[in-house]
Amino acid sequence: MHPCGNFRERYQQELAVFTTDFGRIWTGIGILLLIALVPLSASPYMLYIFNMIGITAIAVIGLNILIGFTGQISLGHGAFFGVGAYAGAIFSTTLHLPMLLCIPAAGLTTALVGMIFGIPSGRLKGLYLTIATLAGQFIIEYVLIHWESLTKGTMGITLPPASLLGLSIRGDLGFYYLIFISLAGMVWIAVNLIRTRYGRPFIAIRDNDRAAEGMGIPIFRYKLLSFGISSFYAGFAGALWAFYMGSITAEPFNLGLSVEYIAMVIIGGLGSISGSIFGTVFITLLNEALRFMTGILMNSGLFSTLELNIAPLREFVFGLAIVLFILLEPRGLAELWRIIRSNFRLWPFAY
Amino acid sequence: MDFFIQLLVGGLSVGFLYGLSAMGFVMIFKSSSVLNFAHGELLAIGAYFFLAFVTWAKIPILLSFLLALAGCFLLGILIERIFLRPLIGEPLIFVVMLTVGLAAMFKGLILLIWGGNLFTYPDFLPKALGIEWKIIRIPPVYGATLIIGTLFLILFGLFFKFSSQGIYMRSVADNQRAALSLGVHVKRVFALSWAIAALVAGMSGMVLGIINGVNVHDLSAIGLKVFPVVILGGLDSIGGAIIGGIIIGLLETFTGGYISPSLRDVVPYIVLVLILLLKPYGLFGLKEIERV
Repeated sequence: MHPCGNFRERYQQELAVFTTDFGRIWTGIGILLLIALVPLSASPYMLYIFNMIGITAIAVIGLNILIGFTGQISLGHGAFFGVGAYAGAIFSTTLHLPMLLCIPAAGLTTALVGMIFGIPSGRLKGLYLTIATLAGQFIIEYVLIHWESLTKGTMGITLPPASLLGLSIRGDLGFYYLIFISLAGMVWIAVNLIRTRYGRPFIAIRDNDRAAEGMGIPIFRYKLLSFGISSFYAGFAGALWAFYMGSITAEPFNLGLSVEYIAMVIIGGLGSISGSIFGTVFITLLNEALRFMTGILMNSGLFSTLELNIAPLREFVFGLAIVLFILLEPRGLAELWRIIRSNFRLWPFAY
Repeated sequence: MDFFIQLLVGGLSVGFLYGLSAMGFVMIFKSSSVLNFAHGELLAIGAYFFLAFVTWAKIPILLSFLLALAGCFLLGILIERIFLRPLIGEPLIFVVMLTVGLAAMFKGLILLIWGGNLFTYPDFLPKALGIEWKIIRIPPVYGATLIIGTLFLILFGLFFKFSSQGIYMRSVADNQRAALSLGVHVKRVFALSWAIAALVAGMSGMVLGIINGVNVHDLSAIGLKVFPVVILGGLDSIGGAIIGGIIIGLLETFTGGYISPSLRDVVPYIVLVLILLLKPYGLFGLKEIERV
């Protein structure tokens, strides 16, 4: 139980991930449920949704490190995700590396590519990086389609069946375990990164870059580092996705995907790792709900003459969600969650 | 040689259009330092307003042109009032993300109403505006564009230089707090700059629609091509936007003509990255010397 007020006396208490045993226990129970119960009870479709959430959450956490913790906006993370997917596919088809190596190697490749587009941030503040990553998005899309000797152009690449340490991973269930172990690892790294000497400068740069520079933080190096880490996450997720899908083309990695990731970061809450996961779940479920609703509307005959397409509706709802969250709750679902939690905790005496 | 001249003329006219489309963008950045990612959608909305007035309501061309402009002006005020005013004083990241959200919203809305098909306006421009001389053929549309574009350019140049509202806008762009303390109505200035920017964007959208036909995807793609243009010209220079537009247009057509057509659409972004690396404030932008 929390006392009311702030009674922390040491920095260790301030930095603790779990402030109470209650939270620690429930997190443990949640993880156990995810590992033990979900695979038993879920249908293949549900497992697919879980897997997509897991993969996307990794990429979104990466983007949140960049946007939420370092204060640099990237509009190219959809393309970086694609770079990771292609890198993973190429490593495994042409170099025949095992999957265990492919995925981190793809992450590192993506980190390098990302850092190249992060270089302009060294000379310029704020929004210029956004524009550079926008350019990166288009350039990478072009390269993925037109570098045919490497990426096979519009044909796409088919990956060999996934196997890990001699164990073949098949079907949604196999990937479910792989994805959730990866996600847990990546979350663990991200949560702790923010508390180390490599992560704390990110927050300093976000809050006031001049003061950070004044305190002796080499801003350019840390911005690049943040960019690299963030791209690593995107690439890692991309490679996972490539193995999960089995074959890839350049089509999905467009600006729309980048905007979707940003929407997840904002809706989840800037600068909150758990928020990234909330945001991913929210948008993915919203997507599925919209698909379901359009299906019902189409069948009901109300819109028989009107061609009701899901793509524009989705785009509109995304935009609306971003706008509403920015206007009404800029700190996102993570903040809503915190408010709800603290209401319960302090009930019936609010303070 | 003939091919070269054709490309040159083509590039100049495309480039002028880019410059024209970038003007509204620069105007918003100049007065409120907001990067407007919804610019392409504003172009599209202007084009679709015009389309609705001309083909659905069957209003005479000139009147529907003016009505569409008025509609864009109102829309600009509404956008500022509803979406941007609550964010005054918030971190810039939220404002930019808001425009990204608005872009998705508008695009989805247009697609829901009109769909993704290509529409065309009825042909109405007089033939006299075009030029046909030996191999140089400039269709009347481009003549009209040149006239409208130059007119708007001069008008806005004068507006920013001499009118009191224009001077307020520049002062707000330079330093919001100082302008506020000197009695400038900052909120009104924001509303006005969004209204004017939406008007200019709508005008460019209509012109683009006359030339290429009206399609959301194309127009919003042009809205993103505005970024290389303004970065090249300098983010806060209206004249720079036109010159940057022309350079980008020439670059595109020459790459398309001589190197490879598929490279055409990417070249502006490659240039963009290079400029950001080498000459970040563009050709005519205001240099903010700050080492961080």
